Amino acid sequence: MSEYLGEYKAVYKAKTACADILGKAQDGGIVTSMFAYALEAGIIDGAIVAGPGAEPYKPEPMIATTIEELLAARGTKYSISPNMSLIKEATRSYGLDKIGIVGTPCQIQAVRKAQLYPIGLRDVPDKIALAIGIFCMENFPYQGLYQMVEDHCATKIDNVKKMDIGKGKFTVYTERGATAEIPLKVTHKYEQPACHVCLDYVANMADISTGSVGTPDGWSTVFIRSKAGEAAFQKAVDAGWIVAESMDGVKPGLELVEKLAKTKIDNNRAYLEHRKHEGTLLKPLRSPYI
Amino acid sequence: MGLLDKLKSLLFGKESVSEGKQDAKPGAKPADKIVEKPVEQPKAEVKAEAPAAQPAAGNVEPVEQKHIIQKPKEEKPVADKITVGHVHMSGCTGCLVSLADNYEGLLTILDKYADLVYCLTLADVRHIPEMDVALVEGSVCINDECSMEEILETRERAKIVVALGGCACYGNTTRFCRGGQQNQPQHEGFVPIGDLIKVDVYIPACAPTPQQIRNVCLMAYLLLKGNDEQKALATAYLTPLMNLAAAGTEACGCDLMTEVINQGLCMGCGSCAAACTVRAITMQYGKPQVERDLCIKCGACYAQCPRSFFSFDVCGQYESITELIGEVMKP
Repeated sequence: MSEYLGEYKAVYKAKTACADILGKAQDGGIVTSMFAYALEAGIIDGAIVAGPGAEPYKPEPMIATTIEELLAARGTKYSISPNMSLIKEATRSYGLDKIGIVGTPCQIQAVRKAQLYPIGLRDVPDKIALAIGIFCMENFPYQGLYQMVEDHCATKIDNVKKMDIGKGKFTVYTERGATAEIPLKVTHKYEQPACHVCLDYVANMADISTGSVGTPDGWSTVFIRSKAGEAAFQKAVDAGWIVAESMDGVKPGLELVEKLAKTKIDNNRAYLEHRKHEGTLLKPLRSPYI
Repeated sequence: MGLLDKLKSLLFGKESVSEGKQDAKPGAKPADKIVEKPVEQPKAEVKAEAPAAQPAAGNVEPVEQKHIIQKPKEEKPVADKITVGHVHMSGCTGCLVSLADNYEGLLTILDKYADLVYCLTLADVRHIPEMDVALVEGSVCINDECSMEEILETRERAKIVVALGGCACYGNTTRFCRGGQQNQPQHEGFVPIGDLIKVDVYIPACAPTPQQIRNVCLMAYLLLKGNDEQKALATAYLTPLMNLAAAGTEACGCDLMTEVINQGLCMGCGSCAAACTVRAITMQYGKPQVERDLCIKCGACYAQCPRSFFSFDVCGQYESITELIGEVMKP
């Protein structure tokens, strides 16, 4: 238990053992291979993922019920995919009884609120079988991302093969081998405003949360948080879908994860405090937290 | 054998229908319990279908003895139950159906945690009695004297008043009423109950979900009958729903704009779009787009939004709370 990293049962350095998945995955391919294994093993019968949309790099939520569909959704999208919007539909026209869902920390919060306060989500709460959270510092609305790529990076978004954030840079790789990068601080103004009230970096309420921070390239850091997450992850490792190793001695390790989490959460706590505009505004800006 | 057991046997075991029939008379004795009518109706059906039921009466003897043993079994938990009533104002009974849609879960609730002391559809009680929790469905027609009296009586006689569903909380579809409907064309003024009386807890949405109603009933039970720890949990759980009740009686899809997006709080998760009963909300470029002509003003979208209210204390314990609910709902 850590103030910034939440409660977890275990943490691993892990990657997929499946070459097909690793090829186009963002880092260790954990989300895709966990869901692929869970589909095979019957732990879930479909997963809500960020699939390709009509415009390049504009993700649209989709319900994947086959491994082929999961593979089509590999890789990080730095824009918003409203995965929760399909949570009810998944149990209706798709008829899923055991749903997998991947999301940012705020989306996983939405999942847990939906389970405890299913105000408009009849018969949904007990059908969420596996919620995988991804580390998230902030997100970009599509138009902001578009401007970063097309304007700042001077790259046609249609030609982009992969985007990445790491080591203080936002990097764009094109199909023909060119690379463009800009300092991360240039991107700050395009961040989604609501990200600045978020008090969660590593998806503290997920069954399993994962991200690249803390482990070497090609690997992911994986937190196992709930009983459901523990059981599913253990089975995936035993079945040979995922390679998991101890985090002991791994560089940069949990220290970096904790440092980034602290940066995000402390900044955002300060912003929430600032929103009250004590003594200056007639009415404080609203805080969602009680 | 209690009336509940009779209901159970009617629902889950066909052969025991005649048991229930035999018991109809002794069962009438605890008149303060529940459900007279639904039991009698199937009884009539059985007679029509199986005229052989009468000769079978001889076999019922040993079964009768079983009931005698069962009787004290039911009386014990009754003592600890809370009393719940369903007050029907101007609504469509959909909220009550939603409560009933807990299926065997409803029987567990009535068995262990709550007595249904008032419910025009399910209990033969004419006037609003004293009760712990009043679940009020529907808005109040201010042109109807009886409704106006009954909503005040409800407040007087209930410890906790719960606005059940969109109409009671926010007016919902009754907001669009302009009178002229048969057979009461003069009934045109409808207001959410919170405009007339103090309401303690809101359960928005049209219809409210069976699981949300179940959770509130269980938490109300823990609040009134639980130990200190359980009371603390119930308070934490119910606080946001009490805050909604305190926040006002108007709701609309527009709340997503005014209270979430305008306030810089929307992160585009899509919960609102999933919660909307009438599919008035789509996600466009990561934000909700409300088709305002479709919105029925039920309040579900805003209440479901993780940025309308979010409690780390409650949601952080989702695993143990979910297990607790699963445990206490075991028949």
